[in-house]
Amino acid sequence: MSFFSFGQSAEIDVVLTDAETRKKAEHKTEDGKKDKYFLFYDGETVAGKVNVTLKNPGKRLEHQGIKIEFVGQIELYYDRGNHHEFVSLVKDLARPGELTQSQTFDFEFTHVEKPYESYTGQNVKLRYFLRATVSRRLNDISKEMDIVVHTLSTYPELNSSIKMEVGIEDCLHIEFEYNKSKYHLKDVIVGKIYFLLVRIKIKHMEIDIIKRETTGTGPSVYHENDTIAKYEIMDGAPVRGESIPIRLFLAGYEMTPTMRDINKKFSVRYYLNLVLIDEEERRYFKQQEITLWRKGDVVRKSMSSQATIGAQRFEGSKSSVSSVLDLKCRA
Amino acid sequence: MADTIADTRRLFSKPQNLNDAYGPPSNFLEIDVSNPETVGVGRTRFTTYEIRLKTNLPIFKLKESRVRRRYSDFQWLRGELERDSKVVVPPLPGKALSRQLPFRGDDGIFDDSFIEERRAGLEQFLNKILSSSSNSLPPASDVTWGLYEFKDRVAGHPLAQNERCLHMFLQDESVDKTYTPSKIRQA
Repeated sequence: MSFFSFGQSAEIDVVLTDAETRKKAEHKTEDGKKDKYFLFYDGETVAGKVNVTLKNPGKRLEHQGIKIEFVGQIELYYDRGNHHEFVSLVKDLARPGELTQSQTFDFEFTHVEKPYESYTGQNVKLRYFLRATVSRRLNDISKEMDIVVHTLSTYPELNSSIKMEVGIEDCLHIEFEYNKSKYHLKDVIVGKIYFLLVRIKIKHMEIDIIKRETTGTGPSVYHENDTIAKYEIMDGAPVRGESIPIRLFLAGYEMTPTMRDINKKFSVRYYLNLVLIDEEERRYFKQQEITLWRKGDVVRKSMSSQATIGAQRFEGSKSSVSSVLDLKCRA
Repeated sequence: MADTIADTRRLFSKPQNLNDAYGPPSNFLEIDVSNPETVGVGRTRFTTYEIRLKTNLPIFKLKESRVRRRYSDFQWLRGELERDSKVVVPPLPGKALSRQLPFRGDDGIFDDSFIEERRAGLEQFLNKILSSSSNSLPPASDVTWGLYEFKDRVAGHPLAQNERCLHMFLQDESVDKTYTPSKIRQA
């Protein structure tokens, strides 16, 4: 474009006020690369400066207005033309006119609502960005700066365990238990599989974590399943009365919080899939949804959640609240 | 202040009953083909074999059974299974037609070593049919079974062995070749 610049051209860049102190978070781009972006939370103010630098000093830059926008949008890959904006804020920085020299404009979007977490998936992307634009008659000059938003939750008030007896009549009966139904991203899944009846010849058992991204509505719903983890919990043939423990650390896997019906456009849900494989490669499975949530770095736990944890039955404990609290209040 | 460490202690489970741990498994099944006996005279001679079954699988009416069958009964069984069940049926030991030709130097099909060879083959045949870890039953693999809570009845069953002809062959006094083929359903 600048080969044929008859007049003036400019470069824009956007710099945040707290660029030195604000944390950055890693986020995957659409082509799988990982990049770092400034991290924001819901309600935080987004403020900074827009620098417009004239390329040919001395010449004037005529423009139709200078503005900065804060946008939150959902983009479905199969429908790229349509961006669904759920946040759209704009600040006018300059009325139509001309710039005689490079100039810097301050901006502030106060206490911006950022209701959803940034997400880049297989068929959909949700992103937030600042876009500074110098409007001109023929072609605008603009610059986008992506930011990443994380949504935090506090410890759930109610977090019941999942416990069920399932199987195939006269063939295989098991009782599975997972200690919670809601896990934070750095949590541990503690559970057990208890065998009530085993008539098939089992070779091994594993737990898979499956991520399901759902896009579209009504008749054109599309599910994209991705097995995030496969974790063997038993090798060999169990018999009646045996109990197999489960301990699965989630921090090692790349996962997002559960996202349900985001702006009515997409969902991201997680499932634990318990799979038993017999000697003839037949597979027996039970899938169970779990809710994943993101814990803030410094969160004060409530007494009620401590009591809930204490009420669970652990090996070797007398099921007393105080012994669990002793373990937890170490730091 | 560091994050409090997650509690990863195991969930409580009842200790296993020693009888469950060391007793017979819930899928115990033993089958033997033995004691060949040649009966009859001259051209009407034939050999029968004893088939002994011991099991605790609920699908079998008798937990222990002992019957006598001849080679043609095995051939009948194989034909019935091939037609009705969806599994690939293992092969039988050979028909040994050449042994039935006259002017042989030995006892033909009543030769001791031949009978022993056939006995072993018949035992292998039955073991393959009844064993669920047989490589000759490929259609069963690549199947995925959902595990359901028991209020939901599920059609089909991963453990086959419910052919009427097989149960009649293994446990009834004699084989009635005019029977009606069907599947055994448990009460």
